[in-house]
Amino acid sequence: MQEVILCKLGELVLKGLNRQKFEDRLKNELAARLASCGACVVESRQSTMYIVPQDAAFDLARAEELCGRVFGIVALCRAAVCEKSVEAIVATACDYLKDRLGAVRSFKVEAKRSDKKFPLTSIQIAQEVGGLLNDAFANLHADMHAPELTVHVEIRETAAYVHADAVPGAGGLPRGINGRATLLISGGIDSPVAGWLMARRGLELHAVHFFSYPYTSEEAKEKVLTLLRILSEWTGPITLHIAPFTDIQEEIRDHCPEELFTIIMRRFMMRVSQRIAQTVHSSALITGESLGQVASQTLPALVATDDLAVMPVFRPLIGLDKSDIIAFARRIGTFDTSILPYEDCCTVFTPRHPVLKPRIDQVEQAERKLNLEELVEASVRSAERWTVRPDGASRTGRDVPMEGIR
Amino acid sequence: MHYFDNAATTRVYPEASLRAAHAMNTLYGNPSSLHKAGREAAAELARARRAVAAAIGAADGEVVFTSGGTEGDNQAIQSAVFAARRVGRHLITTAVEHPAVLEPIRAFQAKDFDVTFLKPEKDGAVTVEALEAALRDDTALVSVMLVNNETGAVNPVAAMREAMTRRGSRAVLHCDAVQGLFKVPINVHALGVDMLTVSAHKIHAPKGAGALYIRQGFRAIPILLGGGQERTLRSGTENLPSIAGFGVAAHLGRERFAETARRMLELRRYFDARLAADVPEAHVNFAGGVPHIASVCLPGCRSEVVLRILSDRDVYVSAGSACAKGKRSHVLTVCGLPSDVIDCTIRVSFSEMNEEADIDALVSGLAAAYARFHRT
Repeated sequence: MQEVILCKLGELVLKGLNRQKFEDRLKNELAARLASCGACVVESRQSTMYIVPQDAAFDLARAEELCGRVFGIVALCRAAVCEKSVEAIVATACDYLKDRLGAVRSFKVEAKRSDKKFPLTSIQIAQEVGGLLNDAFANLHADMHAPELTVHVEIRETAAYVHADAVPGAGGLPRGINGRATLLISGGIDSPVAGWLMARRGLELHAVHFFSYPYTSEEAKEKVLTLLRILSEWTGPITLHIAPFTDIQEEIRDHCPEELFTIIMRRFMMRVSQRIAQTVHSSALITGESLGQVASQTLPALVATDDLAVMPVFRPLIGLDKSDIIAFARRIGTFDTSILPYEDCCTVFTPRHPVLKPRIDQVEQAERKLNLEELVEASVRSAERWTVRPDGASRTGRDVPMEGIR
Repeated sequence: MHYFDNAATTRVYPEASLRAAHAMNTLYGNPSSLHKAGREAAAELARARRAVAAAIGAADGEVVFTSGGTEGDNQAIQSAVFAARRVGRHLITTAVEHPAVLEPIRAFQAKDFDVTFLKPEKDGAVTVEALEAALRDDTALVSVMLVNNETGAVNPVAAMREAMTRRGSRAVLHCDAVQGLFKVPINVHALGVDMLTVSAHKIHAPKGAGALYIRQGFRAIPILLGGGQERTLRSGTENLPSIAGFGVAAHLGRERFAETARRMLELRRYFDARLAADVPEAHVNFAGGVPHIASVCLPGCRSEVVLRILSDRDVYVSAGSACAKGKRSHVLTVCGLPSDVIDCTIRVSFSEMNEEADIDALVSGLAAAYARFHRT
């Protein structure tokens, strides 16, 4: 018996002229992700992706798990393939779903016939198959309203497919069909969630992390790499730029009023991130800010950071409560890493009483004491570049060659 | 490398590491085996036992080899509670013990034992008066460390035994002497302890070995059951390489004790003087303890950052206690240090292997860290 995985496409099927292009992107994405499971063919037909193993060694269970994390797929299930006849369908269902049919009391059959040449209508198929299964399993009775198990039968062009209920997929749109954006990641709970939500809308991710050694530790950097590794299981490979931030923070500490430290630091993060984003042709920033969560995320503080924006800043968490964000973090799998107790750059030199309503003129005046351009440029130019994949992270050099850097 | 984390662990003496290698390369028989290779291994084990026993003034038969300090402390506490089960269910320890004592005692507390945690004075030490006030007729165990691993404070264990005797206490006295061995003189009879824990890797021997002194006549119980090694008190094939190294280090430590003590005092005075001259803002939190351990506060400089700045200069110290990464030290907290002092405190722990030049590197590193935090 041949077993396949059926992946149902979501809103992608509503697209017009671009649909084929987007489907091809998803197909390539699936093929790349599933390479580690063995040989398979990914086919796209009738708003469904078919994962068809090419030999018995293919790891279907792992493939199913991986498909569950691919954006663009709303639901998926494993299915048995059989000949397009009622007898073959019933025999396949009896065998393939034997354990589940034997374990429940109520069931129903739902049929879908996209091959209109098949002699029975969907309703007739369901009745026929349902009746025969009812006879085959003494424990079963039909329940059209609240069955414990629904047996799905799909009659498609080339074959019939039998499966139980599909499980929800990751949803959203395929990787990168909406372009590229750069995530500011600190190491906390929020930023990985923000990255995940935007990547789900079809963005390819770059990330910027600000590193304040020796004020923050190597462990803090490792933590960010771990978070992105987990995130990349959903988003695909992520390019991480680790921007040195110590000099900037020390300069702010030495020359600016303490209560403005946080807001000026956030503005530097904007400047450096945008500069890095531009060098990698990334069209937007993503942050994990949630309105009012901390002093730097008040509305006046957001106004003061966005004052510098030359590209859209996506803040998908802006209207979420912490508990909502945590629920996402648990689903994504980043929560347990996020709560490891390493200081990140945001908590270095935290003022005792940060200003809650910074005025832009006040902030700009304080910033005049700093050599903004030189500081930003130095951070951008010495950023380390890493590529983070589900199986690990590797250094891929600096953002620009070393020339001109002390 | 300028290594000042000797309270966490020490560099192994070359003689001890050679002996450990010899045990692996040549004496690799099982000490329980009856053939010649086994007997040779057993003889090495006996030599090590003699050296460790001599180091603490015990008889050979009173020393049980363990895997280290944590196991010794656990076995001592289990044994004491069992041996004194008819005395009562009240346990006394100090609030500044190592977790290897605190956690087993908290486990008994969770089983409805009554526990008194003695609070230290400002100098980090616990007084005899505090113990006297806590002693009750149903006190089953008194467990007091000899030298504290974060403050260097020395507790008056011998005087505590006297107080217990005066009071007619039937409690078992255990002492965790892991940080005390070869730092202060140890004689189990002078201390009057029923059990005493030591660990190999704190005295320039390999990790993975330790010993529990069990007074002749005291009925301890094993926590590992099995082949009946160590007179059934600690089953499991003996870790002969580490134990052989332990024996050598115990022998050398005893032989060099007076010389080392003099040298440590000299090094510590040098450090104190250099620190006062080059980083006058720094201060040592506790006075009167062993010279090997200095708890140093660098005001305004977060210890974990200072540690990294020093580490980049190949100077190694620890922030509070190395065992409690990321948590504010319970020891410094209970000693009454304010949290901003604790957050800026590092532990410098010396050994006789340090040189004045190492201390120069340490102090200039501390000066650089201080300057970095206080740049204006």
